[in-house]
Amino acid sequence: MHYSFDFSVIWDNFGVLLAGAWLTLRLSLMAVAFGLVIGIVGSLFRTSGNRLLNGIALAYVEVIRNTPYLIQLFFIFFGLPAVGLKLSAEQAAIVSLAINFGAYSTEIVRAGVESIPKGQVEAGLAIGFNKLDVFRHIVIPPALANIYSSLVGQVILAVLFTSVVSQIAAEDLTYAGNYLDARTFRSFEIYFTLAILYLAIVWIVKALAYVVEARFFEFAKYRQ
Amino acid sequence: MTSLQTELNGKSTATLEKPPIIVAKNVEKTYGNGFHVLKGVSLTVNKGEVVVLMGPSGSGKSTFIRTFNGLEPYQKGSIEIDGTPISNGKKGIELVRREVGMVFQQFNLFPHLTVLKNITIGPIKLRGLSKADAEQAAMELLEKVGIAHQAKKYPGQLSGGQQQRVAIARALAMKPKVMLFDEPTSALDPEMVREVLDVMRSLAESGMTMVCVTHEVGFAREVADRIIFLTEGNLIADTTPDQFFNNPKEERLKTFLSQILH
Repeated sequence: MHYSFDFSVIWDNFGVLLAGAWLTLRLSLMAVAFGLVIGIVGSLFRTSGNRLLNGIALAYVEVIRNTPYLIQLFFIFFGLPAVGLKLSAEQAAIVSLAINFGAYSTEIVRAGVESIPKGQVEAGLAIGFNKLDVFRHIVIPPALANIYSSLVGQVILAVLFTSVVSQIAAEDLTYAGNYLDARTFRSFEIYFTLAILYLAIVWIVKALAYVVEARFFEFAKYRQ
Repeated sequence: MTSLQTELNGKSTATLEKPPIIVAKNVEKTYGNGFHVLKGVSLTVNKGEVVVLMGPSGSGKSTFIRTFNGLEPYQKGSIEIDGTPISNGKKGIELVRREVGMVFQQFNLFPHLTVLKNITIGPIKLRGLSKADAEQAAMELLEKVGIAHQAKKYPGQLSGGQQQRVAIARALAMKPKVMLFDEPTSALDPEMVREVLDVMRSLAESGMTMVCVTHEVGFAREVADRIIFLTEGNLIADTTPDQFFNNPKEERLKTFLSQILH
């Protein structure tokens, strides 16, 4: 069996791949940003002590974590237009990724919230903050610091999940690879390069996560 | 005007100057597990008074002062802070809490905020102070408690005694009408107790109304205007330090004193 490697397909089409990689990175960051907001609100609901709010958050987490992401994506992109909600491929990708990441981060952030000693909440209340302000200003920052490494792990999974959105023709890195492969049949070179580019994207995300940690969680070094 | 009248007038003026800040009447509380922790406790604390609560563990003293700022709900009786009732589940409790400073056994400083921000977060977000004003006031308080040079550090970088002094400054920053201390030195290493008591002592001298749950006999003896003795959810003594330590009448109190004054 003779196969002569020819990476010229990569160099000739690097712009296509780079455009795909750029969308992948943007989708990842937006999904994580929106998803984290959902996760923080979800963890508030889960720890509120209100049965209705807890039930809503729990149902959300159960449905999302126990169904395939591809089905969630298809439902939002192909299903929702039936009830008049038509999203572009990119919009559907961001919405579905954020909803998906939100469910996982709800449970991760909840663990962080539950790790905060009751005395912290009492000290906040004693100063005169209401419960929501205590949650925002006093509970959430150290809670996020406590679960930061788990959260970053989930962020990386979210980045890798984005490759699924190529299935609705959102022009991400995987879509760009599929497109080139269909035209050149250089599968080895293309998917090898794709893997390396994904690795590079994850490293970029990890570097950002490190910057965020150094900027916002400096205090965590000094915790007793 | 006779001298007696002058004296009476003087007294009535004194009473006017010292209105009650805390009025607790027949406060009763039962925990969810059925434990009847407060069995109808009444206490009036006047402006400028330093009241020390003593009693064996489980007597309900911490629970009692925690009802004063609504951290601990109660079932029967009534509590008023400077005329405002503290009732269970009522909206507006946050407004009363701003007037009542609390210092906890475990300090409970916010680990993610520097010492300075621990102190300014309340005044900025709740009292509407500008950052500059809040920081200036905070630095003055930190001077008073002797840790101004640590303002930029995080609580985790401070010793227990320093943390508790920051916690006192944090409570004072809200300019409360009364300060509650819930065993403020019980979690400290022995060599750090004094620095915290010194701050409390100078606070008392400045005229702050204080209610302290503490086992510090020296502090109670020297600083308290009144000592309250609680046991098994009942208030059984409300007297001067001198009477409390030198001439106790109640049997339960005598037993308690014999146990703590080795």
